[in-house]
Amino acid sequence: MEWLKTHRGDVLLIAALLVLAGALALFLRLGRHSGGYVSVSVRGEVVAELPLDQDASLPIETEGGHNLLIVAGGAARMESADCPDLLCVKMGPVRWAGESIVCLPHGVVVTVEDGPDGGFDAASR
Amino acid sequence: MNAKRIARFGLLVALALALSYAESLLPSPGVPGVKLGLPNLVVVFALYRLGTADAWALSLVRAALASVLFGSGVSLAYSLAGAALSLLVMCLLKQSGKFSETGVSVAGGVAHNGGQIIVAALLLETTRLAWYLPVLCLSGTVAGVLIGVVSALLVKRVPEFKS
Repeated sequence: MEWLKTHRGDVLLIAALLVLAGALALFLRLGRHSGGYVSVSVRGEVVAELPLDQDASLPIETEGGHNLLIVAGGAARMESADCPDLLCVKMGPVRWAGESIVCLPHGVVVTVEDGPDGGFDAASR
Repeated sequence: MNAKRIARFGLLVALALALSYAESLLPSPGVPGVKLGLPNLVVVFALYRLGTADAWALSLVRAALASVLFGSGVSLAYSLAGAALSLLVMCLLKQSGKFSETGVSVAGGVAHNGGQIIVAALLLETTRLAWYLPVLCLSGTVAGVLIGVVSALLVKRVPEFKS
């Protein structure tokens, strides 16, 4: 096939990137485990830590505006925000250790952390 | 730079900016950084038809203007980092001679997303953004294929802009 000859490099590159994406996803998926609590930071500074097994709501005030974080049913989600793109709200809930919700305009990062009994044992069960 | 070249350059910057704006109107799929990369049509075109120097100027001017006009305060760093890493990789791949516009565009799309993740990780002082890598790698590849196929047609068929 003529087209395949002239585009051999392209096809190999695309295949390599698809394999890379799949391998990364598999790696993250295999290593995932439920988190113990969420850590909320504004511009790199931790402002709050909430356990995931207790339902709660946390208003986050930043220089850029405010966000409302809800913890319910073992997962945390950004309920509302006044940032322009609302990507943090659209990201949906997070529950696995290492997952995060990021609101770039406000510099807010919500990260799921290992619980006290999490870490290696929880990951290898 | 003669007048004709300046006029062409301005036209392409305007076109890339218009595409940036058009893209900002599209609904976001919910993961930051997942997008088509419409302005990259113009950057790939410029890279092949005007040369490396003009493509760099176009891409950086486009990124800076777009983030000032359509972005929020911190978006300048993301925008420039994505544009610069993307174009660097595209230049290298083009010079290797092993790839067509499609391959170059695919690598550019993935590199753009990679550059933005790196800046986000630095600015937010977190390494936990690794969770976005698989989906951004996939979306960069798919968007790169679409943009690359159209760019290849443009490079082949647009009659003007021979420098």
